[in-house]
Amino acid sequence: MSVCLSARGLHLAFGGVRAADGIDLDVMTGEFLAIIGPNGAGKTTFINMTTGYLKPLAGSITFSGQSIIGLTPRRIVELGIARSFQLPQVFLEHSVLENVALAIAARTGFWKPSRPLLSPDVAAEAHDIIAKFGLADIADRGADTLNEGARKLTDIAMALALRPRLLLMDEPTSGVAAADKMEVVATLARVLREAGVTAVFVEHDMEVVDRFADRVAVWSQGRISALGTPGAVLSDPRVQRDVIGTRLVEAPHASA
Amino acid sequence: MMRAREILVAAVAAAAILLLTLAVPWLRFVFTIAIAKGITVLGILVLLRAGQVSFGHALYLSFGAYIVAFAAPFCPEALLLLPLAALGATLLGLVIGLFVSRYRDIFFGMLNLALSMVFYSTLEKFYSITHGTDGIRLARTTFLGMTLTPETQAWTALGLALLLAAVFAILVRIYLESPMGHGLSAIKTREARLEFMGISAQRVLLAAYVLSAFMAGCGGFIVAMATRQVTPSLAYWTASGELVFIAILGGTGSVLGPFLGAIAYELTRVYAAALFAEGWQMILGAVLLLVILFAPGGLWSILRRMARQRVGRDARP
Ligand SMILES: Nc1ncnc2c1ncn2[C@@H]1O[C@H](COP(=O)(O)OP(=O)(O)OP(=O)(O)O)[C@@H](O)[C@H]1O
Ligand SMILES: [Mg+2]
Repeated sequence: MSVCLSARGLHLAFGGVRAADGIDLDVMTGEFLAIIGPNGAGKTTFINMTTGYLKPLAGSITFSGQSIIGLTPRRIVELGIARSFQLPQVFLEHSVLENVALAIAARTGFWKPSRPLLSPDVAAEAHDIIAKFGLADIADRGADTLNEGARKLTDIAMALALRPRLLLMDEPTSGVAAADKMEVVATLARVLREAGVTAVFVEHDMEVVDRFADRVAVWSQGRISALGTPGAVLSDPRVQRDVIGTRLVEAPHASA
Repeated sequence: MMRAREILVAAVAAAAILLLTLAVPWLRFVFTIAIAKGITVLGILVLLRAGQVSFGHALYLSFGAYIVAFAAPFCPEALLLLPLAALGATLLGLVIGLFVSRYRDIFFGMLNLALSMVFYSTLEKFYSITHGTDGIRLARTTFLGMTLTPETQAWTALGLALLLAAVFAILVRIYLESPMGHGLSAIKTREARLEFMGISAQRVLLAAYVLSAFMAGCGGFIVAMATRQVTPSLAYWTASGELVFIAILGGTGSVLGPFLGAIAYELTRVYAAALFAEGWQMILGAVLLLVILFAPGGLWSILRRMARQRVGRDARP
């Protein structure tokens, strides 16, 4: 199996806070890697560095062997890395359908002023993606009227519509109603597997991690304190005490 | 549905303008100027979709007008002066746009204002070239080789204005429906996400900016043809403010809003000025205040609401 994303010695600090304090990680092509860890451990910071939003003070990140340090978010997207956000980043004046269609257009041809956004093929693809996320009923609703869960799913649908080779998801299930959660993740996992997409996702729900992750990386104070299969990592007493035992308050803060 | 109604409204309005002009000759000038401003305001509307207000767009209108005034002695053909004015304004818009499209909100607005004021002072100061505040009298022009009299030139200006208005309204509508057009409102609500989709928000705004400069250049051509005297006051900051005023007055919901706003503005100005020589600004101010308070979508939204009520009434048994 080849290495998809490789991070070495990443360091980044905000004032005195060490958000990344020597991160070494190889993400293998095609795997689903879950990132768990307490609030403020630096999980989002890792995604921000990988997508060009933040530049590490030291260290290297390569994607398919190519260094991506110093590249703009836009350039990194072009290389095949997409992300979704802890706080959903959707276009509030647009409907769910248009949000996803904009992402599809960004991939297939954005700069054609004569082609409507909802051209038949783009609209069909958008409807298709939206249906996979169970959003078909609210396809025409304005994004500003959605609840947190629907906004989150729209945000992920937009990232997926870019057809990335690597998809980074920051807490994809937080805010999604518990009743729908497993079904949505199962569908998402199937879609990603079918397309051969490598996925890294920050997750607080250990059931989701256990069922869908191939490997789990445990973040703590800017470092990776444990890495392995869900079976091994989640049963590690230290992880149980430090991560799973502490009640995870889902307090969204500065994401991007 | 929506499109059919817009086309109908536009066609009726164009016919009404022509009929009124035939009946009341002095309205010809008022309408021609109104449509020239409407075309320019259409560009402001496009920028407003991105949440950006330019307080300096009279720069491009006046630049187009001065190109016509400078070029007419050497190239009197109106059908060559038009593309010349449009091209000049577009190039200027590209150069300035590369710079201002990096800025947002108040900085965007003020930079546009500042640059338009630089142009205004230039026009005023270089008397030997521009004749300062006296301006330049437009040399005689031709249309398809025929020399235009003041009378035929006025008709030519109105005809071209109506034609350009129709073409730009259709093109802008198509453009606003495209991903680039939708990208404008995406800039307003979540610009960073565009970057994370691989799209340069700056480029989206730049394209809109260049388009707006292009249309303003055409507006400038019409103004030059209709007034036959090009003065620096075209570039003064109040002229830019007036364009934003018209945009808000007409409403940004439809490509017809700018034209509705411009015609209402010019007519109010003419009639109010006739009634109260010094008080017309006050009346216009009051009109805008009422629109903002009671119809934030502008005159266009009032018109649409009225149409909808009618349809509702007619539908009832
Ligand atoms: N842009 C920033 N500016 C200043 N401090 C930041 C910034 N981004 C993150 N931090 C700080 O760095 C630390 C790590 O933040 P990060 O968002 O990566 O944590 P996290 O693991 O994603 O936490 P959570 O589970 O709450 O989302 C925190 O102390 C946070 O306050
Ligand atoms: Mg986070």
